[in-house]
Amino acid sequence: MFELNRLSEAELESGKYTKIWHGPQHPGITGNMSLELTLCGDDVVECKTHVGYLHRGFEKMMERRTFIQNFPIVCRIAVPEPTFNEYLYAAAVEELAGIEVPERAEWLRCLNLEMMRLASFLMWLGGASGSFGLRTVYQWTVTHRDYMLDLFEEMTGARIYHMYITPGGVRAPLPEGFTERALSVMNGIEKLLFEIERVVLNNYVFKLRSEGLGVIDPGMVDDYGIVGPNARALGLARDVRKDSPYLVYDQLDFEIITGDKSDAYNRTVQRYQEMHQCISLIRQMLKQVPTSGSFHANLPNVLHWKIPAGQTYVKAECTRGEYGYYLVTDGSEYLRRITIRGPSYTHAIAVMEKLVVGVNIADVAGLMVSLHTYPPEIER
Amino acid sequence: MKLKDITSPFYVWQRAFEKPYTQSKPIQERIGAHAYRGFHINDIEKCVGCGTCEEICQNGAIDMVKIAEKASEKGDSGLVPRFDYGRCCWCALCVDICTTGSLGMSNEYTWASDDPDSFRFTPGVDQTSWQDSEHGYRRHPDYNLLKLERSEMSMLDPDEGLKSFDEVVHGFDHKQAVLEADRCIECEICVATCPASMDIPDYIRAVRDQDFEEGLRILYKTNPFSATCGRICTHHCETDCTISTFGKPLAIRWLKRYIVDQIPAERFAEILQDEIVENGHHASIIGAGPGGMSAAYYLRKKGYGVTVYEASDSGGGMLRYGVPSYRLPDDQLDKDIDYIVSLGVEVKYKTKIGRDVQFQQLMDESDAIFIATGLNQPSSMRINGEDHPRVLSGLAVLDDVASHRDPGVGRNVAVIGGGNVAMDAARVCRRLGAKVTVLYRRRIVDMPADKEEIEEAHEEQVNFVIQAIPVLIEDADSKEKVTIQWGEAKMVAEEGKRPRPVLQEDKMHTETYDCIISAIGQAGDFSFLPRDISDQLNQHWGKFEVDERQRTTVGKIFIGGDIANSVADAISAIADGKNAAIGIDAFVKG
Repeated sequence: MFELNRLSEAELESGKYTKIWHGPQHPGITGNMSLELTLCGDDVVECKTHVGYLHRGFEKMMERRTFIQNFPIVCRIAVPEPTFNEYLYAAAVEELAGIEVPERAEWLRCLNLEMMRLASFLMWLGGASGSFGLRTVYQWTVTHRDYMLDLFEEMTGARIYHMYITPGGVRAPLPEGFTERALSVMNGIEKLLFEIERVVLNNYVFKLRSEGLGVIDPGMVDDYGIVGPNARALGLARDVRKDSPYLVYDQLDFEIITGDKSDAYNRTVQRYQEMHQCISLIRQMLKQVPTSGSFHANLPNVLHWKIPAGQTYVKAECTRGEYGYYLVTDGSEYLRRITIRGPSYTHAIAVMEKLVVGVNIADVAGLMVSLHTYPPEIER
Repeated sequence: MKLKDITSPFYVWQRAFEKPYTQSKPIQERIGAHAYRGFHINDIEKCVGCGTCEEICQNGAIDMVKIAEKASEKGDSGLVPRFDYGRCCWCALCVDICTTGSLGMSNEYTWASDDPDSFRFTPGVDQTSWQDSEHGYRRHPDYNLLKLERSEMSMLDPDEGLKSFDEVVHGFDHKQAVLEADRCIECEICVATCPASMDIPDYIRAVRDQDFEEGLRILYKTNPFSATCGRICTHHCETDCTISTFGKPLAIRWLKRYIVDQIPAERFAEILQDEIVENGHHASIIGAGPGGMSAAYYLRKKGYGVTVYEASDSGGGMLRYGVPSYRLPDDQLDKDIDYIVSLGVEVKYKTKIGRDVQFQQLMDESDAIFIATGLNQPSSMRINGEDHPRVLSGLAVLDDVASHRDPGVGRNVAVIGGGNVAMDAARVCRRLGAKVTVLYRRRIVDMPADKEEIEEAHEEQVNFVIQAIPVLIEDADSKEKVTIQWGEAKMVAEEGKRPRPVLQEDKMHTETYDCIISAIGQAGDFSFLPRDISDQLNQHWGKFEVDERQRTTVGKIFIGGDIANSVADAISAIADGKNAAIGIDAFVKG
């Protein structure tokens, strides 16, 4: 499956090719990683991805922290969407420790996750349009993302690293008047999406540059492990929220959205539609979230919390597809091992290296953004 | 390509007519959300310096530091958290785990300074503009990381308890003990409070780890009366347990008992492995109570030859003759005493100094003497008629019961006093089938007895008459009865002191009982001391003055226990014994 025709030393020195580094300091890259591109004229003939600029050693670090101390660490693993990490870590710990989470906490968690998905999409949408030259749109989406961050600030006490979903439940119920404010932000974003449709999706320049760029053909999906909107744009109805429902997704009304082609343009359309879906889910949840009852289970004393030996893999549908945490415990106060597998691992490395071949140097950034990858998540 | 795709993007221009989204003065106009996790605040009046915040911080951003504004005292380490904002990640776990609720966060989120060191600051001490902020993150009342509820202790039903002298408290079962041990946050505030400085968090950890042999070793390192203290200790540690701010303090005493209960007495020697290397010196100890035996234990471990002189026929002192067996069964006390004796301590029972052996002889034979004879003489009520034959002393009643003699209290008893002896005497009389009334001159809250003892006495239907001052005791119609006159008291507030009861002479009552038990306090009997020596020893309020190593003004003589310390409980006597052993060792080798 993985066959890239690497150029030989002799060919590289023939003078026909130029080698450039795209990143790690480049506004078009989606984070701290770089692409080593070999160009022939303006076209990419070969790409090698380089990571290591953001290695913080989370997985190893977490083996030396107690179970509660890991909770503020995990959110940093994927910076633009910390909540999915918080949820997965909490869910895995709860499963291993046999903790029952109160229903109210499940609703609050689910609401928090969908809000996170919407905020993450907003940021992505700005990047996707900005990388094709539509800089104004970036400013619009970031503004509305900031309104989302205001909501997070109220709900969780922080704008980016919420640290809201703790093992056992959540830290606080919704503040007073939150529902009204959240609904008003949703209305604003819906209006923004209406503008996006006109300014981005029905834009000659955007279409011209993104249509047919980075086409994922159906054969690649299973070979490369492509998930999330990248796969759904191709017509594959794969979504962890439906396939193995967690939290309260089975009580919400939504269908998996699919497309028929996965190129940069259609992936944008896919995510645009999923943003509408997010708004609908958030509205449903704001109506149904319980207003009374416990929101945090009783934990054993967290200062010397020992979890029986065991292992588990928990998964959730993050903005970019299936996101999984694999935890091994050995009965001590510390994790024996933790492995975090996010979709960026394949999307930003293997898939990117394949799709970028033959692409014009000016579209590399647009292609990379269209895959929606987060390098911090590759380097746990 | 459609025409629409070319015209549609011009929609952008519509935005040119909208108001700006940005704010011109964000710091003034856009304050943080109500529960924003901003910069820390700390109420140092509330903070007890337990250090749990430092413990939970995964970044090592918190150091507990000493400050000039706060002294270290019982229940307060005197330390406060200092935050290093070069490390802090504002996760607020420190706020969530704060045992007193003193830590919080303000909703302030901008802080500019040209001094990098200023970002390492002590909230509540270093002046900040946000210290008094009402907004910002606080732990939600329904979200708690501390374990506030105590494991349920199963006890004998009060009605059932009255039928015998069986132990009232059943003790934890395995699950309860481990759950209770799990609540400990290992702040060690209790260690400083315990007179014997027991390594409380360490032995609680041994319960959690279910390593009871290690637990026993930890216990006996600091307390040779662990079996006893596991049952009747006055547990100052629990009073100061930091968990008690929001919840019930840890049942430290019951956990200690649980460890000892897991190990049969025969295995003590094998587990504790006290190796004794004789050092050729000899010490004499007067009194085989907790103070004397504790000194004997530590001196013996240091290699001293030890002889203990005890007037009665078995060891334990007030623990045996003062504490009824439903609180402390004899076999538990024997566990401790037998172990101490097994180390080679010689105990001469039925040997009273001054009668059987002269004090001077001890002075000549020993390198040092430790006196811990306890308070065994009942104090006088100082009212007319108290020498009436139907007026018994609380101590005598308890002694009779412990020695399996009938104290002859009758069917209707009045107990005068509010201390532990009064409570014990009342409860013993209930078990002997009598109706019991306790007369106490102050209020229930002023009673010096343990809270649990008062509660249990209530449960056992002891009748409490408070603010009652005895005035006169006189003959009743029958020789088997006695009459007491008492008056109601009014509590008069006194500045700097607890309120004083004042007799109201117009509110007098007269009652007749089968007997009256006087239990208003005890004093020591020092008649065994030769005059020249007792003249040299300083006394204050009936207690001998000693230093922190129990030294007196007479080189060889060390004094401890109830006759030296003001607390007058078992654990303080045990601590005195331990300190005396250190003092004696320094004196002899010095």
